Amino acid sequence: MAKSIAKEFTKGLWDEIPPFRLVLGLCPVLGVTTTMQNGIGMGLATTFVLICSNILVSALRNIIPAKVRIACFIIIIATFVTVVELLMQAFTYQLFLQLGMFIPLIVVNCIVLGRAEAFAFKNNVLLSTVDGLGMGLGFTISLGALGGVREILGTGTFYGHALFGASFHPFAFMVQAPGAFLCLGLMLCIMNMFGEK
Amino acid sequence: MKEMIKMVVVLTILSAFSGGLLASVRNGTKEKIENQELTFVKGPAIKTILAGASNDPIKDRFKIKDGDIENIFFVGVFDGKPSTVVFEVSGKGFADAFGLMVGINVETDKITSIGVTTHKETPGLGEKAKSDPSFAAQFQGLSPEKEMKVTNDGGAINAISGATITSRAVCVAATEACGIYKKIKPQIQEKLKEFSK
Repeated sequence: MAKSIAKEFTKGLWDEIPPFRLVLGLCPVLGVTTTMQNGIGMGLATTFVLICSNILVSALRNIIPAKVRIACFIIIIATFVTVVELLMQAFTYQLFLQLGMFIPLIVVNCIVLGRAEAFAFKNNVLLSTVDGLGMGLGFTISLGALGGVREILGTGTFYGHALFGASFHPFAFMVQAPGAFLCLGLMLCIMNMFGEK
Repeated sequence: MKEMIKMVVVLTILSAFSGGLLASVRNGTKEKIENQELTFVKGPAIKTILAGASNDPIKDRFKIKDGDIENIFFVGVFDGKPSTVVFEVSGKGFADAFGLMVGINVETDKITSIGVTTHKETPGLGEKAKSDPSFAAQFQGLSPEKEMKVTNDGGAINAISGATITSRAVCVAATEACGIYKKIKPQIQEKLKEFSK
């Protein structure tokens, strides 16, 4: 049992790390990762939703009728997303302003719904919690890394601190949408090079 | 039939539970969110527009009813004279409605400055209407008599690159603010007399 808990946790961090391995939930991945801080903030918000929805879906998996399960998942997910939105407005207002409309969009994030359907609905509460935590942290790391690379190249800063001197001309392309695709593609490529069996 | 009832019951209970949870979170965070908005969103915008004023514009405010809409005017006292009013209008942005603070000098009849408050524009693009001071600076000194337009539409405002819709929306909102100002200018002047010492 202990072994499988560890396995469910670590799979989200490398083997099935979203969005690189699963290539799901690309909308926030490409949209918010203009800076590292935004990426991590978005990742943590998603992690919270993922853990909460996984716990609830798993706890209710014997009660929820299979035919309306997707509707139930969406209600659960949407509720927690709204909770996150309100909490972020109350406590981390500046981050909320930065992320703007991407917070409500967590509702339609494929990773959250995907984990509810593929994992939480079939496994017990403990495993689902661990799965949510692992996947969420994996997502946070990915978004942070992507945001970091784009921030360094696109604005010449790292986590808000200036890296280069005044002579550095920012590669503004990287903080725009096409830069996100390019950066994600290259990172996927590097990961696949290392992950080849 | 039995399955049908179960589906309805489960969905109803789940929705009711979600509603209850959201209502309580909303109530719990309402006051905090309002404070955050005043300090982080409206406060800085008002203070930038009224930089150098000798009073506290957030404290010195009055309300004027125009039809069904009640506008809050923040007063800026310069050289002992309450010469500038700042008020908020809402515009239809790219993603959602946004708030725009417009400061108008009542004595010279000119826009002193504008500032975006709440918005859900795309980070890195439309969001620049708020974060890039050079865009807002273009509105400085314009007369409220003239309609504001971006250069593409034959106006004088240079749009933010990649965010023409947002730039256009800011122009429309600023023009609308000027319309409100022109309509109730006598009332504003009347109220302003209370603030002169």
